Amino acid sequence: MTQSLQQGLSHSGLSATRAGLRRLWRRYPLSLIGGFVLISLTVLSVLAPWLAPFDPFEMNVVDRLREPGEEYFFGTDAYGRDLFSRTLYGGRISLLIGLSVAGLSTLIGLLIGILAGYSRSADAVLMRIMDGLMAIPGILLAIALMSLARPGIGVVVVAITIPEIPRVVRLVRAVVLSVREQVYIQAAIATGTRLPRLMLKHILPNTLAPLIVQATYIAASAVLIESYLSFLGVGTPPEVPSWGNIIAEGRLYVQIAPWNIVCPSVFLALMVLSINMLGDGLRDMLDPRLQTRVR
Amino acid sequence: MTDNPLLSVDGLTVAFSSPDGPPVAAVQELSFSLNAGETLCIVGESGCGKSLTALSLMRLLPRPHGMIGAGRIMLEGRDIATASEADMRMLRGRAISMIFQEPMTSLNPVLTIGSQISEMVKVHEGLDETACRQRALDMLKLVRIPEPERRMDDYPHQLSGGMRQRVMIAMALVCDPKILLADEPTTALDVTIEAQILELIQDLKQRTGTAVILITHDFGVVAEMADRVLVMYAGRQIEQGTALELFDAPTHPYTQALMAAMPRFNAEGAQTRLKEIAGIVPALHERGQGCCFAPRCEKATRHCFDSMPPLRLMAGEHSVACWHAGSPQERHP
Repeated sequence: MTQSLQQGLSHSGLSATRAGLRRLWRRYPLSLIGGFVLISLTVLSVLAPWLAPFDPFEMNVVDRLREPGEEYFFGTDAYGRDLFSRTLYGGRISLLIGLSVAGLSTLIGLLIGILAGYSRSADAVLMRIMDGLMAIPGILLAIALMSLARPGIGVVVVAITIPEIPRVVRLVRAVVLSVREQVYIQAAIATGTRLPRLMLKHILPNTLAPLIVQATYIAASAVLIESYLSFLGVGTPPEVPSWGNIIAEGRLYVQIAPWNIVCPSVFLALMVLSINMLGDGLRDMLDPRLQTRVR
Repeated sequence: MTDNPLLSVDGLTVAFSSPDGPPVAAVQELSFSLNAGETLCIVGESGCGKSLTALSLMRLLPRPHGMIGAGRIMLEGRDIATASEADMRMLRGRAISMIFQEPMTSLNPVLTIGSQISEMVKVHEGLDETACRQRALDMLKLVRIPEPERRMDDYPHQLSGGMRQRVMIAMALVCDPKILLADEPTTALDVTIEAQILELIQDLKQRTGTAVILITHDFGVVAEMADRVLVMYAGRQIEQGTALELFDAPTHPYTQALMAAMPRFNAEGAQTRLKEIAGIVPALHERGQGCCFAPRCEKATRHCFDSMPPLRLMAGEHSVACWHAGSPQERHP
């Protein structure tokens, strides 16, 4: 009796989630696929130490440039290292960089953007700095930073974050400028709300939805930028198996062993694509005015 | 009239700085007073300075161009015109609060209405979360929102216009202000909802003893709500008095014209064409030295165009600014 009741309960819970998923599927099929692919890639990357069949750094000269097959899913590279294991480990670097760049640039951009949106005098100074930052080519900045500091993932994150900040600032500033003219902000002032509280409770929440969407695009482009910086040799140090590094090394053997480039490239493309697909749907889902239709 | 009115405005002038030339005055030499529990209606066409008057009472004039040029606004012994911004924050919401014209845009779309109302309590009384929420809930019940418990967690877009205006009223009254400023609170609503909202304001006023300043252009609303009426034209008060005096003997041609422009049913039930007032309110820079209404006035004479009529006391509290008002002896020579 109790057992059947429990079964019934868990069944109803399950069907409720299932119904919700079905509704989501009908409305945002692409985002759902994107989310699913992204989660799979994340799980693969995070569990890399357990899932990878080989040590990604172990060289095996006898097995160099093996074709993809049963022993080596994705084949091996010029040093006989297992490409599948290296690709899984490379996913960790990409995810780490994507997340930290998105997090850092939105956080810093949010602070600067809100300040610029609210204070006219701060606006004049801050936006000129941002314009200046936007005028610097990202790759040059990265190369300059790499030559100044010891190459490492931290430097790569900083180098990618800096050119992204002005975009976030512009977005946040634009939202703040339009929101502060709304009647409900005047109404909030008319109820005696203090300025910091006004910014935090009334204006900030309005920026969150576009900001989260922007963050997904930044994460996607950060993953991409990291790989091309590495490909050019100014990104992640070459000994780290990031996707860009694997592709850069494989480039030399593309004629005889194309899988060296194809496998990490497919993963890279999948990750960027899935993040962007997810971001598109998030835009709609995060708008409270559209919420009722999703529920 | 008691000796100590709740709010007294004396010679208020609201000016806007202009890029070429001296500041232009949008509201000039406005004086009125308001007693506790009274309803004052400010009437006039669009562009007469009604909303600016309301905003200057809240000290919310559009910055940096709008400013209070002269005059005093005394509320509980404090002059709002010169109060510090910190003092104003204490007054806003607690001593004097405001309902805006557009209920559709005066609530923050990303916050639940419960949190918006309870925030008011938090800001002014510093109560804890549960107490604030309880007050908000009580307030929603008071403004007769059906299913208040459920509505607390709704977002503004889930409510109708009338409901949102109720929420705005709840927000405005949750801290027991002495004065409620309502700037055309029913303009955006249809007539049945308008009647409900006005009835609600009237009812709450009786319950809480709040004084109400109601801005409107509808004499029907005035007749229903007002204890006292102030008619404005082109930034000046042209007639003022108790509602009784004003409806009994509207004296200024503008007031008369406004009342004539109101549809009414006569005994025969015959449809007569509504009277209209020809022309529009003169723009700020077009206001000459004479009576501003003269170009549109049927009774206007040369003298009206040449000099500004002063506000003169007619009887009781009834005062009018028109050369043609009052006894013939008082008229211009």
